[in-house]
Amino acid sequence: MTTPHQQLLARRQRDTDLLLNWISRFSLHLVIIILAVLCLIPLLLIVSASFTDEIALTRNGYQLVPSQFSTEAYALIFRNPGTIVRAYMVTIFVTGFGTIISLTIMSLLAYALSRPDFVLRKPISLIVFFTMLFNGGIVPYYILMTQYLRVQDTLFALLLPYFVVAYYVLILRTYFAALPAELIEAARMDGASELRIFWSIALPLAKPALATIGLFTALSYWNDWTTSLYFIRDANLYPLQYLLYIIQSNAQAMQLQATVGTINMGEVPTQTARMAMAVLATGPAALIFLFFQRYLVRGVTLGAFK
Amino acid sequence: MTAIPASRWNRLRGHVFRRNLTWFLMSLPALAWILIFKYFTLVGVWVAFTDYRVRRGIFGSDFVWLKNFEFLFATDTAIRATVNTIVLNVLFIVGGTLGALFLAWLLYEVYTSRLTKYYQTLLLLPRFISWVVVGYFVYALLATDNGLINTTLRSAGLDPVSWYTSPQYWPIILLLVSLWSGVGVGSLIYLSGMLAIDTQLFEAARIDGANKWHQFKDIIFPMILPLVVINLLLSMAYIMNADFGLFFQVTRNQPLLYPATDVLDTYIYRSLIVTNNVSMAAAAQFYQSIIGFALVITFNWVVRRIERADEPMSLF
Repeated sequence: MTTPHQQLLARRQRDTDLLLNWISRFSLHLVIIILAVLCLIPLLLIVSASFTDEIALTRNGYQLVPSQFSTEAYALIFRNPGTIVRAYMVTIFVTGFGTIISLTIMSLLAYALSRPDFVLRKPISLIVFFTMLFNGGIVPYYILMTQYLRVQDTLFALLLPYFVVAYYVLILRTYFAALPAELIEAARMDGASELRIFWSIALPLAKPALATIGLFTALSYWNDWTTSLYFIRDANLYPLQYLLYIIQSNAQAMQLQATVGTINMGEVPTQTARMAMAVLATGPAALIFLFFQRYLVRGVTLGAFK
Repeated sequence: MTAIPASRWNRLRGHVFRRNLTWFLMSLPALAWILIFKYFTLVGVWVAFTDYRVRRGIFGSDFVWLKNFEFLFATDTAIRATVNTIVLNVLFIVGGTLGALFLAWLLYEVYTSRLTKYYQTLLLLPRFISWVVVGYFVYALLATDNGLINTTLRSAGLDPVSWYTSPQYWPIILLLVSLWSGVGVGSLIYLSGMLAIDTQLFEAARIDGANKWHQFKDIIFPMILPLVVINLLLSMAYIMNADFGLFFQVTRNQPLLYPATDVLDTYIYRSLIVTNNVSMAAAAQFYQSIIGFALVITFNWVVRRIERADEPMSLF
């Protein structure tokens, strides 16, 4: 038996517990929200600067809300859109073709390596996966590309670097190996060729893995600027990210010259125009990211982050 | 048991052969790429021992023993780049692990909330931003005349800082930028580790009156400790490799910052492209690659000894 007084105490205790629980949950959410906003703020800073009046940006500095709203930077770019449109075309072409070729040849290899009765499975696996341990680095690679393959200043230079990632082959192989053997045996009984089994059974079943790896590969191509830094001098072949880098480093060099007095500051691409270029180059990719986000989180279970 | 007729046996053998041939042909394109791009470069590290001449190629150039290495280690730059690479990588690994653990724990505590999905989207967003664009916003923050930080310092009555000429601040700046870019992704692996913990353990702890901190200290942390240790060891294997984009774009390749920010990868880039000293670049490349190889082998061997058989994480 409990007295009314004890009941009252118990109820109060319960209320306090609930309140404490609520406060702790609330503060957890608050901390995460702050962190999430911190992820976003730097990007907002660029967007805000791109919509700021050039003189106001120089006078008032970079701010999270434009000190004086203006779309002049975008107008400036769209008055003469040749460069950015061209860079977009290069990037889209390279990302599209690169990802398709890369997914195709990686899954062909992974499927062959996932077949237990493939006689060359062991030696080929060894050749492929040994490369995960060793990285010859940029110097022999540079010599290979420029002296032996001679692909500098061609689209091949931009396409070739990300064709095969041994780690992705490993993931795909594991995925293909887990497909039910009866399914493949049944298709064989029906007289399907290996290529046909691969194309109409294995590939469709591996879609989740392909989507995740495809996303990562597309991202490597889209965000690539190092390849151009080493191999592209022809301005017609500049991909988007490299164009952004060139604009930034030219502006830096020109500012230096301007302080020395050798050139007129009017020729330097405006700060706001540079920021608008960054927005135009990043925006579409960010939207695609929002769309494919679930594949990214799934990539963790597949172990695609390495 | 009936003997298989010879004609059928031959047909069966034909099937097996044809199947193996198909698989071999399927492997070929990727295999060819790997042989050219991975094994040529593996053999190509030889260039570090030659007096490289473009026209004579890697294997036609004169063999010069360790001369390139003598020149390399005679300069302070190479040693500085090595020290910077290791020190900054340790900083990033420690900071990144702590940050990822903290974030994973936060997300774990609110995991049942509908909002978690949106938090994750925002926290993963930086992974999709190229280093060039990161360089852009870091400039918007740190520009001497009109960067957000200096403007704020001025309005608070403090002296602005010339960030791009002051190397002493850069280890911290680079740590913060690398956290911004990597901690969301880094938290995912720990989060999935935490989600695998049996929730009954928490029920028991709650009855004992354990608060959130005790739950973390006594249940969550011990449960995911193996995961943390393995991840730390695996990242130690790559301690000689710096993220070129971070060090090249975010610092805007400012020579005044080199004392704090020049790492092996930026040093090799400069030797190869800017100063055009291939032998020097090759020597630095060789020792980066060879030490990296030794580290990968060692740390994967260590991880293999301690990992659980049901969740292998080592490479071999």
